[in-house]
Amino acid sequence: MADCVRFVHQGQVVTLSDVPPTRTVLDYLREDRGRRGTKEGCNEGDCGACTIVLGTRVGVLGMAEAESIQYRAVNACILFVTALDGKELVTVEDLSSSDGTLHPIQQAMVDHHGSQCGFCTPGFLMSLFALYHTDANPDRTRIDAALAGNLCRCTGYRPIVDAARAMGRAPDTYTAQMTETLALLSSIGRSETLSHHGGAAFAPATSDQLADLLLAHPNATIVAGGTDVGLWVTKQMRDLGTIIHIGGIRDLAAITHANGQITIGAAATVTDAAEILAPLYPDLGDLFRRYGSEQVRNSATLGGNIANGSPIGDSMPALIALGATLVLRRGGVTREMPLEDFFLDYRKTALQPGEFVAAIRVPEPSADRLFACYKISKRFDQDISAIMAGFGLTLSDGIVTEARLAFGGMAGTPRRAGTAEATLIGRPFDAAAAKAAAAALPQDFQPLTDMRASAEYRLVAAGNLILKWQMEQALPPTATRVPAFARAIGGAA
Amino acid sequence: MSARPPRSPAAVPFPAAHQPIRHDSAPLHVAGTARYVDDMPEPPGLLHVALGQSAKAHARILSMDLSAVRAYPGVVAVLTSVDIPGVNDVGPVVADDPIFAENLVEYVGQSLFAVAATTRIAARAAARLAKVTYEELPAVISIADARAADSHILPPKRVERGDPLGTLSTSPHRMSGHLAMGGQDHFYLEGQISMAIPGEDGDMHILCSTQHPSEVQHLVARALGRPDNHVVVEVRRMGGGFGGKETQASLFAAVAALVADRTGRPAKLRLDRDDDMVMTGKRHDFEVAYDVGFDADGRILALDMTLESRCGMSTDLSGAINDRTIFHADNCYYLPHIRITSYRYKTHTVSNTAFRGFGGPQGMLAIEGVVDDIAHHLGLDPLAVRRVNLYGGPGRDLTPYGMKVEDFIADSLLDRLSTTAQYQARRTAIAAFNAASPVLKRGIALTPVKFGISFTTSFLNQAGALIQVYTDGSVLLNHGGTEMGQGLYTKVAQVVADVFGIGLDRVRITSTRTDKVPNTSATAASAGADLNGMASFNAARAIRDRLSAFIAARWGVEPTALSFAHSKVTAGDHAMAFDDLVRQAYLARVSLSATGFYATPKIDVDKETLIGRPFYYFAYGAAVSEVVIDTLTGETKLLAVDILHDCGSSLNPVLDRGQVEGAYVQGMGWLTMEELVFDAGGRLRTHAPSTYKIPGCGDIPDHFKVDLLNQPNLEDTIHRSKAVGEPPFMLAISAYHAIKAAVAAAGGSGPVKLNAPATPERVLMAVRARQSGAGA
Repeated sequence: MADCVRFVHQGQVVTLSDVPPTRTVLDYLREDRGRRGTKEGCNEGDCGACTIVLGTRVGVLGMAEAESIQYRAVNACILFVTALDGKELVTVEDLSSSDGTLHPIQQAMVDHHGSQCGFCTPGFLMSLFALYHTDANPDRTRIDAALAGNLCRCTGYRPIVDAARAMGRAPDTYTAQMTETLALLSSIGRSETLSHHGGAAFAPATSDQLADLLLAHPNATIVAGGTDVGLWVTKQMRDLGTIIHIGGIRDLAAITHANGQITIGAAATVTDAAEILAPLYPDLGDLFRRYGSEQVRNSATLGGNIANGSPIGDSMPALIALGATLVLRRGGVTREMPLEDFFLDYRKTALQPGEFVAAIRVPEPSADRLFACYKISKRFDQDISAIMAGFGLTLSDGIVTEARLAFGGMAGTPRRAGTAEATLIGRPFDAAAAKAAAAALPQDFQPLTDMRASAEYRLVAAGNLILKWQMEQALPPTATRVPAFARAIGGAA
Repeated sequence: MSARPPRSPAAVPFPAAHQPIRHDSAPLHVAGTARYVDDMPEPPGLLHVALGQSAKAHARILSMDLSAVRAYPGVVAVLTSVDIPGVNDVGPVVADDPIFAENLVEYVGQSLFAVAATTRIAARAAARLAKVTYEELPAVISIADARAADSHILPPKRVERGDPLGTLSTSPHRMSGHLAMGGQDHFYLEGQISMAIPGEDGDMHILCSTQHPSEVQHLVARALGRPDNHVVVEVRRMGGGFGGKETQASLFAAVAALVADRTGRPAKLRLDRDDDMVMTGKRHDFEVAYDVGFDADGRILALDMTLESRCGMSTDLSGAINDRTIFHADNCYYLPHIRITSYRYKTHTVSNTAFRGFGGPQGMLAIEGVVDDIAHHLGLDPLAVRRVNLYGGPGRDLTPYGMKVEDFIADSLLDRLSTTAQYQARRTAIAAFNAASPVLKRGIALTPVKFGISFTTSFLNQAGALIQVYTDGSVLLNHGGTEMGQGLYTKVAQVVADVFGIGLDRVRITSTRTDKVPNTSATAASAGADLNGMASFNAARAIRDRLSAFIAARWGVEPTALSFAHSKVTAGDHAMAFDDLVRQAYLARVSLSATGFYATPKIDVDKETLIGRPFYYFAYGAAVSEVVIDTLTGETKLLAVDILHDCGSSLNPVLDRGQVEGAYVQGMGWLTMEELVFDAGGRLRTHAPSTYKIPGCGDIPDHFKVDLLNQPNLEDTIHRSKAVGEPPFMLAISAYHAIKAAVAAAGGSGPVKLNAPATPERVLMAVRARQSGAGA
């Protein structure tokens, strides 16, 4: 059993054995290492000032020419040090060369006046660094997605976008040293469970190890991406007890597409899941683009979003509308259940002690089914939804045979609107049907008023989404949604 | 860790004034080597401080059991009000801001005690262990509560001219309306922080993220019970300020200093984001009611306007802020018969404070709402109604507060911008689009800005500088202004470099320190460059005059024949490198350091009646915004922005453009998505970026065109430039009115009732109200 966290930094393997497992990477960097370039803005993963980049060895492992390093931006403020295990760490101090020459992204930010107070700047640079290594010629939409998790209060973003457009793609030292870095990453790969800090935390390497560990520690806190659990520590100062970190379990992060369904391992990041699902369901792609931020999606997992039973998980209504199922595992035993049956009450799920979510199964599209999803929030990007809706219909000869209208933000858990669904069955999906379904919603939901929206708004807008969905079936299509981004006057709407 | 200096940037132009020179710290920002207070090396023995907070909005404290706090591992000291050797107050104007509550709490989050521990996490964990019992008292939370309870923090003020009530009754058209607008959290990316380092014999050195080091110094000294000369406050840079660090830093600096004083150990207090948002003041929210009389062209004949603001539990700067609201309730419009009444309510919420615009945006939004309502009432293009109401010429050039508008350019700005932005053509195209689009509706609006420059508290319009020239010819610059990202240090260095005729790279910019330049005003009111640029100019001129006298005598020429340029001094055939001149002057025993001072001329206003000339000059601007809304959900999207803004002869066009763009986006956030939600118990429910949403990158359209009007200030400001920090914030009023135009296109008639911020919920409800006829 491995007993320390190992990661690559500045061409060296760094070993951590005495750092507590809930120490955040941000505190580790700033306080333990005195590297104060990475900033704390909010301590909850929403502002991006603490953005760092993690490099992961990907490709056909063991085949040198088919391996590469995937650089992704993450929030250091809610990332536990255990998550560094097996990765390469890059922070803002690592960007310029030893002779002081600025990295092309740094130079572009200086040239385009992308910093004013400068406090958010290191975080923006790290998001741009990840973009630099993943997209040779990013368009505005891609740039917006890459920067949605970084808040700037001074510039108004225009100069930062200009810098992103101008940064180019000249090979940098990270590209030049990739072979050496891959060798280092390979040297710290592991196939056995990591027991960190004297058993305060475990990081199994396989699903089987995880299953065994959970039987031994049924009350352990499972941490995948930590984008929610991290806040339990930074904001609520909770003692998590024994932690089982599942972020490094490769077989639990696998995504397969076979037999008419996509199976997403519970430890797959939202970024990876979205890559598979977006081409199949464009609406789902649009939704995932607004799910947290790039930093959050690079850490967070669909499995985690579901398993912690949050009433506002953006993905659930859409997945319920698609008829997704969950694979649960306890020891050697697995069972499968419809996603909507998993949520019992506010933050209460069907998981048994020692059981974990192993995978999510999503059916592939078919010609007789309609699907759409909608998210309403105060800010378009990186906001928690006031209302989330996922709609699915199965049609036979133009007549609705099955309806799945699922909502988030309307009740204590993501839920289907049974009464509204029933009004749609056995008739064509026309304006009258949509109106009837919308009118039935108050029988399905008595939503709350909170800081995101009032109960009245939630009911009205939720009903309107059904009307909108029906209007979107009409031909020729008219624009019915505000654009994600305004490219030019008149071009958007 | 990499502490190496970044490579030298591109060559520095001469003269530097009016050049597009990058921010002096840009290379440090991108390298992560620009130091903020929390990045300073921590002195040995440093204690970390956290504050215990009130859980109630209005209550008597019956008991406070801190035994568990004291017992928590790592805790070194716990301080309450009885541990303050000096005055238990950090109020900037009126002493009503206790450092630690004594018997009474007046807002949720009010500071009760401080705990100092060996780690930040221990201090924060310990602070939560206090057992406090309260006797709850009736709490006044909202403006409506305060109105009903007749709860005022300051007496109402009124500005009146002509016969508003009589003229209202005889006007051809008359209408009344109401508008509520929300407050705004500053959301500077660097939260409040102070580190206090005790020195010998009662000295205290404080590193603080503040826009007002002198006030922090004075209030810390008062809390410690020592003279001001025992306390030094130093600020190299802030990670954003926006007014939120004008008075709000004092509490945290005082607590850090009290802990350092008590324990003899350095002490740092850095707030967690949630605590920062709960414990610090915000932009005032307002309710506006008006009664307006006008003619068939929409020309305002008489206006009776009431402005009510939520000031929170203490006075802070609410007096001056609400005064500025009155001063901007005209914006660019001549209001012949006018009555403006301003109520400043006391509520049991955090004390509201300065925020970019300082009350001005609220006054301007109020009058723009009136003008927009008139246009919709008459069925006219709002721009046409704006035009007929503009100030212009004799008889139409006097503000409600009696100041003559002598530099009015809003009319020509409107003409130019409406042409370059193709306002009319786009309005026509939008109408066609809307006719064919059942769900999405677009809207466009063009609004002007006129913003008064000067602190309305006239004595604050002064500044000092200290310049030192060393024998190698390098120059050290110090002034009272602080750097919060706006590029003030760069602008002032440009001014100083040009006085000496040397490159900008020879002027070193250093921290703002109260032991270098004393008794400074806050870096606020957009006046940083106007005031400190002039003071530094005067200091540099004093040294240059001495150098001139010295070398003119040696060369036997008149001092006026000398030219300082390109790093040398010349007169006819004589020439000497600046560095050599300095060395020669030193050897000849010429003083090479000087202070400079500046006081803004011409201003004079009666602080009770508000009549007079509060402003040295006005800064102007105009913006066109275009939006699309979803009439089924109320979601909105900003599609295009065109701005023409007046910076006088811009000292630095790239920095000024940065201010214009950043201010617009911040204003757009205020009016569209940033929502402060207090519950009935006075708890702020939107106290973190997860729930309080400021604009993100994707909210900014690609078409975001900014032009600066390059036209010299009529007044004799530094190189005829104009202040730029606040005025462009109000350009975003165009985005809000574009949304109203889109709502109007959804059906119905008459004024659009839409409160700010225009969240999806408010927009959808406004659409439904109009469609059902209730909005007419």
